[in-house]
Amino acid sequence: MTKSDAMIEFRDVHKYYGDYHALRGITGTIRPGEFFSLLGPSGCGKTTLLRTIAGFEDISSGAVLVDGRDMAGVPANKRPTNMVFQSYAIFPHLSVEENVGFGLRRDPRSKEEKARAVGEALEMVGLKGYGKRAAHALSGGQRQRVALARALILKPKVLLLDEPLSALDKKMREQMQVELIRLQRQVGITFILVTHDQEEALVMSDRIAVMFEGEIAQLADPETLYRRPNSRKVADFIGTMNFLPAKVLEEGAGSVEIEAAGFGRIHVEASQVMGGATAEGATVGFRPETLTILYEGSAATDRESMATIEEVVYFGDMTYYDVKIDGTEMPVRISMRNVFGRPVLDRGARARVGWSPGALVLFR
Amino acid sequence: MRSPVFRGYAVAYLIFLYAPIILLPLFAFNDSKVIAFPLQGFTTAWFVEMWQDTTLWNAVRNSLTISVSVAVISTLLGLFAARSSTRFNFPAKAGIMGLIMLPMVLPEMILAMALLVVLLAVGIELSLLTIILGHVLICTPFAVAILSSAFQSLDRSLEEAAYDLGETPLSTFWLIILPLVMPGIISSLLICFTISLDEFIIAYFLGGTDTVLSVYIYGQFRFPAKVPAVMALGTVLVLLSIALLATAEYFRRRGIAKAGGKDTGGFL
Amino acid sequence: MASNGGTGGGTGRSEGANGLLLISPPLIYVILLLAAPLLMVVVYSLSLEDGGYGFGNYVAVWTDRINQLLMLRSLTVSLSVTVVTVVLAYPVAYFVSFHVKPDKKALWLFLITIPFWTSYLIRVFLWKVILGFNGVINSGLMSLGIIDAPLQVINYNVQALVITLAHAYAPFAILPIFVALEKIDRSLLEAGRDLGESQFMTFLRVTLPLSMPGVIAAVLIVFIPTVGDYVTPDLIGGGKLPMIANRIEGTMLKQNNRELGSAIAVSAMLVVAAVTLIFLLLNRRFLKGAK
Repeated sequence: MTKSDAMIEFRDVHKYYGDYHALRGITGTIRPGEFFSLLGPSGCGKTTLLRTIAGFEDISSGAVLVDGRDMAGVPANKRPTNMVFQSYAIFPHLSVEENVGFGLRRDPRSKEEKARAVGEALEMVGLKGYGKRAAHALSGGQRQRVALARALILKPKVLLLDEPLSALDKKMREQMQVELIRLQRQVGITFILVTHDQEEALVMSDRIAVMFEGEIAQLADPETLYRRPNSRKVADFIGTMNFLPAKVLEEGAGSVEIEAAGFGRIHVEASQVMGGATAEGATVGFRPETLTILYEGSAATDRESMATIEEVVYFGDMTYYDVKIDGTEMPVRISMRNVFGRPVLDRGARARVGWSPGALVLFR
Repeated sequence: MRSPVFRGYAVAYLIFLYAPIILLPLFAFNDSKVIAFPLQGFTTAWFVEMWQDTTLWNAVRNSLTISVSVAVISTLLGLFAARSSTRFNFPAKAGIMGLIMLPMVLPEMILAMALLVVLLAVGIELSLLTIILGHVLICTPFAVAILSSAFQSLDRSLEEAAYDLGETPLSTFWLIILPLVMPGIISSLLICFTISLDEFIIAYFLGGTDTVLSVYIYGQFRFPAKVPAVMALGTVLVLLSIALLATAEYFRRRGIAKAGGKDTGGFL
Repeated sequence: MASNGGTGGGTGRSEGANGLLLISPPLIYVILLLAAPLLMVVVYSLSLEDGGYGFGNYVAVWTDRINQLLMLRSLTVSLSVTVVTVVLAYPVAYFVSFHVKPDKKALWLFLITIPFWTSYLIRVFLWKVILGFNGVINSGLMSLGIIDAPLQVINYNVQALVITLAHAYAPFAILPIFVALEKIDRSLLEAGRDLGESQFMTFLRVTLPLSMPGVIAAVLIVFIPTVGDYVTPDLIGGGKLPMIANRIEGTMLKQNNRELGSAIAVSAMLVVAAVTLIFLLLNRRFLKGAK
């Protein structure tokens, strides 16, 4: 059992590159055995933060703890972490097994034991029998597996992955996403992944830290991030969200009464109220799938509004409608599954839009 | 601007470049003491004469000593400089690198005279060692250029990966960096060796009593009778240079392929 | 290319310290054997015969008619060589860059540079043999019956110096021009032609200006060393056509006058530096954003 319930702990971590404030007071913990992602746009500091765990970047102030131990002064080659680099960094002049066994050079075990460990590691990543191949002759996906085997063979407490899937094509990426999840469950250690792809983070992670400009905007599990983003910026970054201007009418103990154009008066619970509004003021946010087009015979929803269909985008399994609800100025997007028998509507058609107050989020 | 016109021009240009050198084997085998047309018949007498010249062999021995030493020292200094400049930022970097590369733009005469003046003032005797000192000055910039290019094509994360897996900076250099840079090192050794072997001015002015190949050749120019033997020697030297350079080029290309880089077509 | 952040990539020592530590062997070598000697030369040049320091030597050097003549000759020769070499080199560089398949380019460059790596001494001597009164050209043309008497226009004169030096420095000129031509975005040229320009106009208005940094580099790479060349005037001129380098040797060693010799050397370098700077200033619009 670990000494604390945190495998990684950040305590008010700041980092400066000269005058540039790259990390601005990062605080948070990552649990043992968790698949954790650092998500954000380029330049937000996620890779920098990852590298401070690995030991490749110093911090200017604050503390980074791994398994309860402060890593200040501990060089990269002595930390209980291992990293899979964005370029994989496979040593081109060595064979696959020499690459995988590289970290075992200083290990006191016998040659046979080491060879066995290498074999097991290769099998674990699906590269059984590739041992004697030259490293520079591998494909991108194979190189990544070698990088994984090379890191995992050392049984680190934490595996760090720096945008490991960005260099792969779509098919390979989806395959590797599944592979990585499986691997993490099998090995059972903490995985920390850096990515700018929010879909990837949602699919693979137990929890995600969304970062903007050197700060953690929100740290939560995927569902919470998606359904209850704590600011417009986070809401915008994860998936798509519709925003409509809102006016606060009354504030109660655990609820707020608001009015939104086209929707009328809405009673909103405290749990749905977030800070993080932008300069536009109070806004109401809806995900596309929380609005629905009501056909003949559809189940009734809590509330209804009338709308005109402005744009229809057919995606095969889904159709996206941009509809202008009566009384609003901007269209909102609705997604509908193309269930068998459900017609695709035309542009210009009138439709009833159903929705529920419980599905929205208020930013103020 | 049609391609055949350009091609014809380029070929003619190449002929102009190689013309003097073709003369070497032509007249080295020519049975005449005079370098003039028409040719007088085939002979290997000049090669024999060259082969039997003991002074020449002394000069060759000395030159080899110098050139091998210069190749090693220049490459070593070049390694330090190239690694340092491609990997780190340090104060006055541009000025320091400029100083190291300066011999490339200074006329050799100025370098030779400056060194001579200092050596004489300090009272150091001229010898093979002083030639080595001068040659290292002019060869190191070439070593730096070649090795910098080799270091540039190294992926920086390879080093970090090695640290991550438990190695020290020193062992990382030995296990990862050195093998990947090795083709550049070999290239540098060969180039510096060739430059040093052919160099005349510094060898002439900074040399002591021991003969050196280029100075020996220079001396032979004064004797018309010796000229054909010089042609024979020249033929051998040219072939040697070409062989060395082909080897250097081979290693340069292999180095690029191994680290997965792109060939930009030269040492630049 | 260099590391970011405080430590040298997780090693614990600061980056600047790492860098300085590594650069110290070559730096120390160069300070002792290059900076110090050059400084000494300058000091010598300022040392007067009767002790003390001043510009007396420089006055003597600049007012000496022979020095003036030799400096002028050196400049004339190297400027001629530079023009001839660069002009002749440009089409070759253009050919290899635009008319040679990419996988063959390295081969062409290699072939072009081989002669450069053979002994300079021997090459100069070969030109002496070729251009001499009884040399290869004359004997060849005479034995073929093309001429009756040996040509004198190519023996032991400035033209001979120019030919020899142009041959020796040819590859130096080709390579920088080639590199600059390679960098030109081919789609720029296609755009020009797409808009109706002739090939020649595209060359004049797009290719040539964009390749100027390479041309400038070629000019400097040829000009600066040829001014200070010793071997060619010595062997080809037969002692009758010394250039400034021969004068420096003569003064320093034969006349054993270090102070005067140093003054000549420094003066020669200053003249070269001045010419170079003027040239660069005149062409500064081509250098913006280059290198």
